[in-house]
Amino acid sequence: MTALVIVEHDHGTLRAATLNAVTAAAQCGGEVHALIAGHNAAGAAQAAAQIQGVAKVLHADDPSLAEQLAENVASQVLEVAKYYSHILFPATAWGKNVAPRVAAKLDLAQISEITKVYAPDTFERPIYAGNAIATVRSDDPIKVITVRTTVFESASAHGGSAAVEVIAAVSDSRMSAFVGREIARSDRPELTTAKIVVAGGRAMGTHEKFNEVLAPLADKLGAALGASRAAVDAGYAPNDWQVGQTGKIVAPDLYIACGISGAIQHLAGVKDSKIIVAINADPEAPIFSIADYGLVGDLFTLVPDLVKSL
Amino acid sequence: MKILVPVKRVVDYNVKVRVKSDGTGVDLDNVKMSMNPFDEIAVEEAVRLKEKGAATEVIAVSCGNTQCQETLRTALAIGADRAILVETNAELQPLAVAKLLKALVDREQPSLVILGKQAIDDDCNQTGQMLAALADMPQATFASEVQIAEHSAKVTREIDGGVETVVVRLPAVITTDLRLNEPRYVTLPNIMKAKKKKLEMITPEVLGVDVTPRIKTLKITEPKRRAAGVKIPDVCTLVTKLKNEAKVII
Repeated sequence: MTALVIVEHDHGTLRAATLNAVTAAAQCGGEVHALIAGHNAAGAAQAAAQIQGVAKVLHADDPSLAEQLAENVASQVLEVAKYYSHILFPATAWGKNVAPRVAAKLDLAQISEITKVYAPDTFERPIYAGNAIATVRSDDPIKVITVRTTVFESASAHGGSAAVEVIAAVSDSRMSAFVGREIARSDRPELTTAKIVVAGGRAMGTHEKFNEVLAPLADKLGAALGASRAAVDAGYAPNDWQVGQTGKIVAPDLYIACGISGAIQHLAGVKDSKIIVAINADPEAPIFSIADYGLVGDLFTLVPDLVKSL
Repeated sequence: MKILVPVKRVVDYNVKVRVKSDGTGVDLDNVKMSMNPFDEIAVEEAVRLKEKGAATEVIAVSCGNTQCQETLRTALAIGADRAILVETNAELQPLAVAKLLKALVDREQPSLVILGKQAIDDDCNQTGQMLAALADMPQATFASEVQIAEHSAKVTREIDGGVETVVVRLPAVITTDLRLNEPRYVTLPNIMKAKKKKLEMITPEVLGVDVTPRIKTLKITEPKRRAAGVKIPDVCTLVTKLKNEAKVII
């Protein structure tokens, strides 16, 4: 029994979510291998070899893997899939894109966003925006899994010394082509791995106010910025800041919700946070039902006051 | 150009589901059901493509029990031309749905399949990618913008940290994200018109698809509830509590 973690990386370095997926893979009971499918990705392969608990790294390198197109990455995984009992992806936008393509090609069901490994064939996963928790068993010969990264500890990025085996890369499917990518540059920590998250909702009122009021707080705390769906839909914050059922799932030590009323879909994305602070003008807002500390009042005075008091 | 739009009937997004006390599932009796919100966005996008002249026919498809006809009527009221229900009372998992859709793709030969990225009941986020794999089509998931050319589609996708743009050869599968469009409200005249549109019924057996579930649900339980905390009178007290009680800031 051996598990294969499909590594998310930028060719030079690993994406942090990989480390959580390695922990979940180790809990499946066997040896853990890692696959780097990339282009000029020796750096990422070396980094994967150092992850504690990884016994072997497979490295496929080709221009066809440069932009991580789902068709090509899935084909690469299929080349080695039959040697493994478990194939795990982080449940990130990248992992969710590729994993089902692999599963279907192998005529396997996929177990999405696992939050616990009970046994090599039995897992826990949330459904209905986390309002119900399912325990599921798969009898398929290979388990294709995506891992909710916020609930598994990170494996140590150092201390391992796995061998790197270079494998043949698949050729380009020619079904799709990469055009471009716009990644917002930010000095703030990444939303899903940040220790502290400051998030704003519809009550922020405008894009300008959102930044003017929340950015100083995030800067002071070294926090990531997030938003409710209402704030994103209104254009106050970019799409990938959305926290909730269908956006990002976060579980920081401290989540500060400012002007967020707390729709069930939003609560689903934050309820594993250690401490939740809610600042809202409406004392009846649902967010207070899950907040450890609630401040009722005008966020436009309370948040600047908070920045001053820190 | 034909567009196939699979839609799923799910618990309405405003409903907070309750877990049954015997742990066998969630209570769906007398619960409001609606079209999966992401699928509604998919129908809207397909209809807009038709209105722009980029598509000639929009076919809505659903897989499930007889009540899914209501969901298909909603799709027809938004502007789909005809509908197909693959009727079954069996539990359908994403791989089985993808196989049913693959059989319909073989029959209908659409140039594009547009569907929601995720259903808000099982939260799987699998069906579109699985269909693309089975039909050997390219995929463009989590779309926030779609432009159709003669033999390809240019799709802007939402990814962690921003967006990326890919060009996929047609036929292709596109899955929708929230910001692709804002679905229209269906009007009464369109609801009436939808009643006259063709809705074909078919079964998994006729399509030759085995829909036996692969994953067994052993039990469904309530999540751990977070207890509500306390209201704090002022900012200074909050800072003190965060430092000394919660110890999450220094």
